[in-house]
Amino acid sequence: MSELKKWFELPVGAVIDEPGSAIRYKTGSWRTFKPVLDKSKCNDCLICWIYCPDNSIIVQDGKLVGFDYDHCKGCGICAEVCPDKSKAITMVLEHQ
Amino acid sequence: MKVKALTGNEAVAEAMRQINPDVVAAYPITPQTELMHKFTEFVADGLVDTEMILVESEHSALSATVGASAAGARAMTATSSQGLALMWEILYIAAGLRLPIVMAVINRALSAPINIHGDHSDTMGARDSGWIQIFSENSQEAYDNTIIAVRIAEHPEILLPVMVTMDGFIISHTMERVEVLDDEVVKSFIGEYNPKYKLLDVKNPVTFGPLDLQDYYFEHKRAQAEAMENAYKLIREIDEEYYKISGRKYAYVEPYEIDDAETVLISLGSTAGTIKDVVDELRLRGMKVGALKIRVYRPFPRDEVKEYLSNASVVGVMDRSIAFGSVCGPVCLDVKAVLQGTKMANLPVVNYIYGLGGRDISPKDIEKIFFELEKVKITGEVPNLPRYVGVRGEEDYVGEKKGFKIKN
Repeated sequence: MSELKKWFELPVGAVIDEPGSAIRYKTGSWRTFKPVLDKSKCNDCLICWIYCPDNSIIVQDGKLVGFDYDHCKGCGICAEVCPDKSKAITMVLEHQ
Repeated sequence: MKVKALTGNEAVAEAMRQINPDVVAAYPITPQTELMHKFTEFVADGLVDTEMILVESEHSALSATVGASAAGARAMTATSSQGLALMWEILYIAAGLRLPIVMAVINRALSAPINIHGDHSDTMGARDSGWIQIFSENSQEAYDNTIIAVRIAEHPEILLPVMVTMDGFIISHTMERVEVLDDEVVKSFIGEYNPKYKLLDVKNPVTFGPLDLQDYYFEHKRAQAEAMENAYKLIREIDEEYYKISGRKYAYVEPYEIDDAETVLISLGSTAGTIKDVVDELRLRGMKVGALKIRVYRPFPRDEVKEYLSNASVVGVMDRSIAFGSVCGPVCLDVKAVLQGTKMANLPVVNYIYGLGGRDISPKDIEKIFFELEKVKITGEVPNLPRYVGVRGEEDYVGEKKGFKIKN
């Protein structure tokens, strides 16, 4: 997080005038469980990517490559929706 | 300029017609209803370009107005009493978002019990919300204040919503002589609305009303307090500009026969007019009395009140609302607060709670108040609890049970 601003340095009415600035707020620190990918079981169906509420599934060239751990809150939806025949994602405790 | 016979409601509707706001979202409540009836007539007749939104409650009315204002529109609304109370959470939001909304509040008593008549309890309940509050004595002032309010609200160093008030029924429904400026004059006075941030400006996207945690809320509120301070400095400049186009000079307060007045009676709204008449009458009888009307109540005109009370020996403060649990009414609290720490710190200040629920206050009642203040000045015995004017049984109660002679 950047250095905290003084009261007279703030935009009027607490308006946020920089679009997309939320990306700088690292919500990943809130996690208890983190998703771990076993790529050998993944067939790039991208269902997890569709469902992730935090835009934290990283996809490159149509293939699942990993997770944005700066923003992933560990909700476990990705592991839940990963099809039973794959189950490529497991949720493990953060400190492990 | 035209001279018209207009009620307070019609006068504000006329001002709104000339302001031609982009959006008005409103819900009816007595005694505001006729204001919106008149304005929606203008909308139906095509006399304004306003997008008129008839919402399902006052909470929605102010919410829609806030949304419209944030989008970049000049947005207005009007309400009274329970309507203002229903808007309560949004009042703070409008002020916190620094939106220049102008709202007419037709002052009416708050329930319970239900009362549809004029007192200040509704507006006083919102005195900490961050809205600028301007009280109108008559229909002319209601008209002028509404127009001036647009400039105050939209001033880039203020950017706070403004409530323009008038006493319910007493002013809202009383026909008076009003000088109405030409449409072009009003249009050029208020100018174009050009907000720095607007949601409809998709090339410069902004977010209104985000979350603040413990680390930033206080700083944002401090900035808002500064805006109110700026309002205190800058409203006089806008009043001065309005004087140039209208010939009517407005200030934060209106002193009347105050220079050599030993007794001063402070009031807001229509009663100030009655008091001026009584002052004239008592002056003929040789009493050195004066009056001070407060027009801009928020921000509170601290320097002006101190200035005009500096020669007084006793002060009465009329409150048309009760601040339950406090030592005196809202206006009296503010007056006592500004006198604190000055050479007037021991000036006897007597609070008169009057006119609740539209109870009439007559010249005779005010004369009695002045005579009582004379007595306080002479005896030095100051009631330290409010005096309730014209309440049946109060004189018996005070006389027999409590005793008027309570030393300060």
